[in-house]
Amino acid sequence: MSPEVDAEVEVEAPTAVETPWRRLDVRMLVVGPLGSLGRLLPVVVILLITGQGDVTRLWIALAVAVLVVLAGVVRWRTTRYRITAERVELHSGWLNRQRRSVPRDRIRTVDLTAKLLHRAFGLSTVQVSSASKAVADASGQLSLDAVSKAEADLLRRELLDRSPASDAAPTSPAVAAGPPPAQELARLDWSWLRYAPLTFSSLAGIGAIGATAFNLVDDLGVDPRDIGAVDAAAERLGSAPVWLAVLVVVTVVLALAVVGALLLFAERWYDYRLTREPAGWGAGSGTLRVKRGLLTRRSLSVSEDRLRGAEIIEPLLLRAGRGAQCRALSSGLPGDAQGGALQPPAPRAEAHRVASVALREHPSQITEATLRRHPRAALTRRMTRALMPTAVLVAVAFVLGSVLPPVAWLGPWSLLLVPVAVFLGFDRYRNLGHELTARYLVSRQGSAVRQTVALQRTGVIGWTFRQSIFQRRSGLVTLEAVTAAGQGGYTVLDVAAQDAVALADAATPHLLTPFLLRA
Amino acid sequence: MSTVAPTQLPLRPPAHQVSPRAVRWWQLRAALALLFVVTPQVVVLLVMGGDAPGWLAVTAGVTGALIATYGILVPPILYRIHRWEITDDAVYTMSGWLVREWRIAPISRVQTVDTAHGPLQQLLKLASVTVTTASAKGPVTINGLDAKDAAELARTLTVTTQATPGDAT
Repeated sequence: MSPEVDAEVEVEAPTAVETPWRRLDVRMLVVGPLGSLGRLLPVVVILLITGQGDVTRLWIALAVAVLVVLAGVVRWRTTRYRITAERVELHSGWLNRQRRSVPRDRIRTVDLTAKLLHRAFGLSTVQVSSASKAVADASGQLSLDAVSKAEADLLRRELLDRSPASDAAPTSPAVAAGPPPAQELARLDWSWLRYAPLTFSSLAGIGAIGATAFNLVDDLGVDPRDIGAVDAAAERLGSAPVWLAVLVVVTVVLALAVVGALLLFAERWYDYRLTREPAGWGAGSGTLRVKRGLLTRRSLSVSEDRLRGAEIIEPLLLRAGRGAQCRALSSGLPGDAQGGALQPPAPRAEAHRVASVALREHPSQITEATLRRHPRAALTRRMTRALMPTAVLVAVAFVLGSVLPPVAWLGPWSLLLVPVAVFLGFDRYRNLGHELTARYLVSRQGSAVRQTVALQRTGVIGWTFRQSIFQRRSGLVTLEAVTAAGQGGYTVLDVAAQDAVALADAATPHLLTPFLLRA
Repeated sequence: MSTVAPTQLPLRPPAHQVSPRAVRWWQLRAALALLFVVTPQVVVLLVMGGDAPGWLAVTAGVTGALIATYGILVPPILYRIHRWEITDDAVYTMSGWLVREWRIAPISRVQTVDTAHGPLQQLLKLASVTVTTASAKGPVTINGLDAKDAAELARTLTVTTQATPGDAT
């Protein structure tokens, strides 16, 4: 834990002006315990309902409440943070003390989140992410839960403003003078709601609704079978023909999925705005900011000079509906599905436009560049890789069908997988492509989720060439551009061996020169 | 290798080979794998005697033969493939057997240099050097280096990287 050691040295050193420690907002004394109680509420309710007239249960509930409140007070009392010229430091915990410190020049993104309860009290959680080797490494993260909205906004501007002058004065005049005008790059168009059911989050939507409903019913101690309507419906379904039952179930699940996806979209993207805030000094780079959310308000700020590129994501259904989503490539972004999203699922043209304005490049220089096709051998390879597992599945299905007569239909039906595999293999090949533009390396691949990545050439910090024995035979190689941003590496799949080396050599001049065969 | 077949990667192999003792190291690792996979099966066979299922003898024989064949045939091949080179500007390695891997990392982007000696490597006076860049997929590892060479390599790398600021994050 070298950052801690550094922090200690910093504190001990006789600095000219000691930066005072600050506390979290005092309203956390109320919000913290309320949040914990909210989570404990079902337990408490059940405890009170089931033990009618039982006094000890009342006492237990009371004791839990008192403990929760005390924990909130202790947490507030023991959490301190401060922002010095070089570092952000956070000390927390009472019995289990934690000291965390992040160097300011390594801060890449600042994330503000305000859940419903936080919003009611005008609070916001500030999450600071720095460049760190491992994506899952928590030491590069620091979370202030929570400070007042105004303070959060001030922190956000202060922490991302790294223009040379602000190194000298941590609280720059620009911050004190109030926000400079932000330029709006994109805002929500409610007609994009039509893309919501086409994303994979619709599956999550069913899950969320189902889980919530089930939890609610379960918490109330009710067996779903005891509810008259449910029971009657189940009975009627049971007596109906099989195909009708399947049809009804599928329709209900689909309807739920669509409703869930629409609700999730609304919750996530309500009042979405993508803005660029100029740097405090007019010169240098600004900050990209994504604001969104209905109940939970989120704001993600990415320092523009840390932006290493953009990525257009097109899951199969979304692609079929001519939609896409643009994500930012930067280090310090969360690795989950929403990490770095610059917009909701939107029309394809809008996605490319957002990538273009975010990177300040013409679309033909980045995600809409005309890509070079990959050699025919790549098609053979994609086809083999799609058809081999299918062949195994079909063989298994036929064997099972011949061994177990009741499932004899498995074999013939499994043949339906073959055209699907052929389509996927062909589509995967068709989507392969790469190009090197003036400042970007552009690469596209994938079928189930098509990804088009535009990575800054200066953001490439290494290359990996990978070649399996099959690739060696067909003269192909997989080239990976290693970078600090995003997933850490972006591949150009199945490119001709000669082209791969030529591409890497052109993208980072001089690096490969000493290792090239035949100058 | 003066002319390049069109299907071949037009990169020359890195200059240095790893320590010849690395062959022993890979063989020892195969032997350990053999021990872990086959011993439990043999023990069960011995304990159960005649009651042991017939397939157990087959799996024990097959896994044993496979690992033994790997241990005899593959380490010399690995030794021929594994190569490394450090220039003033880059770290360049080549490794892999079924899937070959060429890695190039610019010295200017190197963040940390780690040397590791596992128990087996200590026995053979070998070491691994891992060079990390700012990327989650960046680390370049050179296995099976002579311990002295590894220490020297780590020292030079550390000196070089301290001289170059910035890591492109």
